[in-house]
Amino acid sequence: MPDRVDTPAAAGRPERLYRTIRLIRRFEERSIELVKSGHIGSGVHPCIGQEGVAAGVCAALRPDDVVFSNHRGHGHLLAKGCEPGRVLAEMVGRVDGIDHGRGGSFHPSDFSHNVYGSTGTVGHGAAIATGVAWAAKQDGAGRVVVSFFGDGAVTQGALLEGLNLAGLWQLPVVFICENNLYATTLPVETAVAGTITGRGAAFGIPSSTVDGQDAEVVLAAATAAIERARAGGGPALLEMSTYRYHGHHTFELKTRLRYRDPDEVARWLARDPLQIQAARVPAGVREAIDAEVEEELAGAVKFALDSPRPDPVDALAGLYSTGLSVRAGTAD
Amino acid sequence: MPKLSYLKALNRALGDEMERDPAVFIMGEDIKLALTNTTHGLLEKYGPDRVIETPLSEQGFTNFATGAALAGKRPVVEYQIPFLLMLVFEQIVNQANKFSLMSGGQASVPVTYLLPAAGWRTGWGAQHSDQPYPLFAHMGVKTVLPATPSDAYGLLSTAIRDDDPVVFFAPIAALGVREDVDFADLRPVPLGVGRVHRAGTDVTVVAVGHLVHDAIAVADELAGDVSVEVFDPRSVYPFDWAGLAASLDRTGRLVVIDDSNRSCGLAAEIAATAAEEMHLVAPPRRVTRPDGAVVGAVPELDVVLQPTREQLTAAIYKVLKGGL
Repeated sequence: MPDRVDTPAAAGRPERLYRTIRLIRRFEERSIELVKSGHIGSGVHPCIGQEGVAAGVCAALRPDDVVFSNHRGHGHLLAKGCEPGRVLAEMVGRVDGIDHGRGGSFHPSDFSHNVYGSTGTVGHGAAIATGVAWAAKQDGAGRVVVSFFGDGAVTQGALLEGLNLAGLWQLPVVFICENNLYATTLPVETAVAGTITGRGAAFGIPSSTVDGQDAEVVLAAATAAIERARAGGGPALLEMSTYRYHGHHTFELKTRLRYRDPDEVARWLARDPLQIQAARVPAGVREAIDAEVEEELAGAVKFALDSPRPDPVDALAGLYSTGLSVRAGTAD
Repeated sequence: MPKLSYLKALNRALGDEMERDPAVFIMGEDIKLALTNTTHGLLEKYGPDRVIETPLSEQGFTNFATGAALAGKRPVVEYQIPFLLMLVFEQIVNQANKFSLMSGGQASVPVTYLLPAAGWRTGWGAQHSDQPYPLFAHMGVKTVLPATPSDAYGLLSTAIRDDDPVVFFAPIAALGVREDVDFADLRPVPLGVGRVHRAGTDVTVVAVGHLVHDAIAVADELAGDVSVEVFDPRSVYPFDWAGLAASLDRTGRLVVIDDSNRSCGLAAEIAATAAEEMHLVAPPRRVTRPDGAVVGAVPELDVVLQPTREQLTAAIYKVLKGGL
């Protein structure tokens, strides 16, 4: 189990950030192995290369702050403190998963860690997060909401409506755009007119671009935005410059799409968030963390694969909060 | 006894639920001045944190309501025109209505979507006259379509108290219906429970929304000749199948009059289920809008596209003769 950290200062110690990045990196690599072995039928959207963003942003959060994630969200969940074994069990569709197998890799949520969901509908999480932030402001406990999305989402109308509402009503939501330069195969410069930060500014939302590969830079920027929101200062938009080292989704292992310049990939590989943070941690400490993470993940994989599969008779259980049952597909 | 109009019943239910539960709030366009009259008096009583005027961002604020509901609030979202429910269809059926399942039961989304003007209004044009309630039933979203003021009060109360998304259609042609009520008798009406407005033995007429009143009028008119039972499901989804089956056990003949389009409309579902599972001595008949009906040009064209009492009467006689 990862240690719980209750203060941003504790979470921000170099070795803690390193541990989070290492945990996400190895978790994603093990997930890809499980895709190849057939255990994760959905495939996954690996966030390898972008771990610094998840680690740095979530280190700035209180446990009662809320995260709204997206399809490339395993890192967000782990950085928020969700248990790797239960996240993995969810991805392999077992009853001990955080959503009892109903969310899978694409829609995980963990309300015990205040991860309120992960939408697969690009851009639509932003306005949902804005609604959570409004409720949080009403309740007056200082909770902040973080909404994660990618460069592909900023061209979605509903997202811009969410920004407008957040700016109009000065809500405690911090929008994190992980600009990894591609929406599946679509390069950002062929999709986005103007700038990403310009979209926040258009709604009066303080917006800035951040080096997403350096987790400590991310942490500093996120802390400033989150604490300002917490104090009633309204929303912020942080565009994280980052890159994914793998494809959009593991289906690219089979399709072998070629849409990125190898020189570009090499340049970004040279700015690996894992290596950047590793350089700040003494070798001995790092090796101990690496070993600990391997052991934790071995336990997580075992936990996930040992968990029972759901019973088909329960396929639509939980469709309604009130327990309303539905007609089957046949009258028999 | 005092008379309560359907529209006033909506306003009363909203106010009573806001009084009862501080988590209830309403959001929508032009609600400060109560353009549709459903929010009349609520801003003065409950303030701008519970009566929230929104910009023209239906997709944004529908998702916003989902977020607020996940965080423990109980939103009522008002939409002025039926097509707006098509605009936010994804936000309701693919976001709000799926969170309970996707989260394995961790989350509930208790939002009520209120359409206080469903159906045709003279001359308002092709894009303002739809009845898209079957779309929501098809996607498994709880959907109600009350016909009377007391049922409107009762189902809006229930919708707000229900922990799942509920879409509430208030038919334009029913807004002016007035009913003698004792206000002390107003209470929540359960989802999925219909009512028999007229008992009868020869044929069951299933009618929804404002067409209930047309069905009752036809039943009264045919009273000497045909004993017509008028069954009002009140909820489109979940549907009171047991109530319908009991009615057909009595009559064995079915006519459905429904203001949605013919293809894959509500009447289609009722007829199919009755044919598959219930007691019928003749094939059922439906009176509906045409396939893909676009209503709202000029009255002469509009009225011929909407179900009429004459069509209902003809269908009743058809099923009495064996349906052919």
